[in-house]
Amino acid sequence: MAVISYIDAVIMAIREEMERDSRVFVLGEDVGKKGGVFKATTGLYEQFGEQRVIDTPLAESAIAGVGIGAAMYGMRPIAEMQFADFIMPAINQIISEAAKIRYRSNNDWQCPIVIRAPYGGGVHGALYHSQSVEAIFANQPGLKIVMPSTPYDVKGLLKAAIRDEDPVLFFEHKRAYRLIKEEVPTDDYVLPIGKADVKRYGEDVTVITYGLCVHFALQAAEKLASDGISVYILDLRTIYPLDQEAIIEAACKTGKVLLITEDNKEGSIISEVSAIIAEKCLFDLDAPIMRLAGPDVPAMPYSPPLEKSFMVNPEKVEKAIRDLAAY
Amino acid sequence: MKIQQMKMPQLGESVTEGTISKWLVRPGDHVNKYDSIAEVMTDKVTAEIPSSFTGKIIEIFAKENETMVVGEVICTIEVENVSEKKEDSDQQLVESLKTIETTTSSNHLKTRYSPAVLKISQENGIDLTKIKGSGRDGRITRKDLVKLLEKGVNKIEENQELAPTFIASKQDPAEKSFSSIETLVHSVGDIEIPITGIRKTIAANMVKSKHEVPHAWMMVEVDATNLVKNRDSLKAEFKQKEGYNLTYFAFFIKAVSQALTEFPEMNSMWAGDKIIQKKDINISIAVAASNALFVPVIKHADEKSIKGLAREVHELAQKTRTGKLKPEDMQNGTFTVNNTGAFGSIQSMGIINHPQAAILQVESIVKRPVIIDDMIAVRNMVNLCLSIDHRVLDGLVCGKFLARIKEIIETAFQEGASIY
Repeated sequence: MAVISYIDAVIMAIREEMERDSRVFVLGEDVGKKGGVFKATTGLYEQFGEQRVIDTPLAESAIAGVGIGAAMYGMRPIAEMQFADFIMPAINQIISEAAKIRYRSNNDWQCPIVIRAPYGGGVHGALYHSQSVEAIFANQPGLKIVMPSTPYDVKGLLKAAIRDEDPVLFFEHKRAYRLIKEEVPTDDYVLPIGKADVKRYGEDVTVITYGLCVHFALQAAEKLASDGISVYILDLRTIYPLDQEAIIEAACKTGKVLLITEDNKEGSIISEVSAIIAEKCLFDLDAPIMRLAGPDVPAMPYSPPLEKSFMVNPEKVEKAIRDLAAY
Repeated sequence: MKIQQMKMPQLGESVTEGTISKWLVRPGDHVNKYDSIAEVMTDKVTAEIPSSFTGKIIEIFAKENETMVVGEVICTIEVENVSEKKEDSDQQLVESLKTIETTTSSNHLKTRYSPAVLKISQENGIDLTKIKGSGRDGRITRKDLVKLLEKGVNKIEENQELAPTFIASKQDPAEKSFSSIETLVHSVGDIEIPITGIRKTIAANMVKSKHEVPHAWMMVEVDATNLVKNRDSLKAEFKQKEGYNLTYFAFFIKAVSQALTEFPEMNSMWAGDKIIQKKDINISIAVAASNALFVPVIKHADEKSIKGLAREVHELAQKTRTGKLKPEDMQNGTFTVNNTGAFGSIQSMGIINHPQAAILQVESIVKRPVIIDDMIAVRNMVNLCLSIDHRVLDGLVCGKFLARIKEIIETAFQEGASIY
């Protein structure tokens, strides 16, 4: 096992799946010769050729639409949106077509497409390179949305997404790409889509989150452990549909729940998590459910102090956990 | 003169580290702001790092081909005449936002229990008033109880039960009474009737009244023969003319209202640290409707004629049975008269309609042999049963009050007395 970065896990998963299954192909802007603007498809063009690693025009609607059509005809496309922010022109294809094909055709057709997109801020990306877009898709039955936090989860979940018979949106945190590294097995494994993962056990405060915020929570938890505050951390991994069982178990574990997302607070994924807890865990709650999220402003600011203020970070997480622990 | 630090800049959205491929300056060199000082290679780009300051390079920390994490100091620059620049306006904005965030702290968290705490305390019979909380402002946390249970608090609680403490005010007595019945065993064929809405309210009010009010009882026997004769002579014509019955009950309400004007003590309420004597005389009357009991109110009963009272009793009963009773029809009663005689009862002990101070039960009028002037006569007799709140009223005034009602019924409603 080698220590590899989050983005290397993306490449490894795609390469292994392309080697395993000739129906798998990649399409997107600059994914071929350049190997992707983030280098998430590096080496694939050289290894698999231009038939299976396709550079597309700057037309996200077409990237999704071509992928959907190919998927319906039995291919396994991996479509890349250069930035999650650019997915907007493809929304009609994704929501009106991909999400509904199985239902609309009474199971005659299916659409096994994976749409990958880097999301998230804290990278000086400003408005069009920092957004979290998951909430837009998170009430569209027919879609699955995976947002892994670690290289190990990236590999296992991306492979599972490629093999899934239905459309999967796979959002990768761009700041995690080269920041997060860990040991990843070189052999073939998949992780179940729809299952959350306990990243740390504790008994004072429960943190439920996903993506890069998992690492903020882990860092805060490490620091708080020396002060006698033990934190239970649940990584949602799949944010749609949610793993209700794991959420309920995590919330009941401590009765004090902190929900974190980098997205704007109102109407976010954690709003739904909060509703599940309120519905199922009333008599196990020991404190009001607490949410830590981005402010409800239209976009990530470019100005460094404002961006810092917008972003969740380990200090904010630590403060919130302390507050809840003391309640 | 001031030493400033040059840090590894972020050169791209996903870049978290960079390798200095070549230094373009050496210690001692003078640089202007925006001059390139080093070449950096990252996964994505190769770029030059511009100086953030004008001044002299003092020390270089990063070696060539060394990988530095974004934000690490790569070199220091001595800067001349740095005026203490005002902070970035955006930074100020962020700071000002922080001060807007107000921390709300409440002092009464000690007795605010979370659902989890209530659940654990109820399941284990823990008296929360005896526990010191470790949470904010002394709040009892779930963990406090879990720790307590681990230590075996149940044993302590059992011992304490030998010397019971007064906790009635801490708990809703109605709630308590419901829970104590929970242990009843169900056998096959039993029907379970859920306690809902009005039944729950009745139960809660009764428990509250019976629990809180020290009841005392008194009964007098009244000769209603004159009343019966008078009413019998009028009832057929009345019914024809008015369209509703001239009931005995209206006469009794009249007598009670009259007596209440003379004994205002009876028309009062217990208010904790004082007794409130009510000016208005509003008579609550008990009306049964299918499976529930309602107590609509006849306002200013003392100002109404017997006919007026009969009409109002009729209307309120109609409203009750058709479910048209409004909340205001049931408010502000000051004394209750209950027509238990309607069921054939000849004696009963009413529970006071909280927060009133008394309730009078008018029993069934029955013919009985009684002795008048040493002769046996057949008379229409009725028992009037009074329940009083002994905190508010004593025997003397109640005796006088009942005697006065008796007198009114026996003398004021003789044949020929007007009902209008």
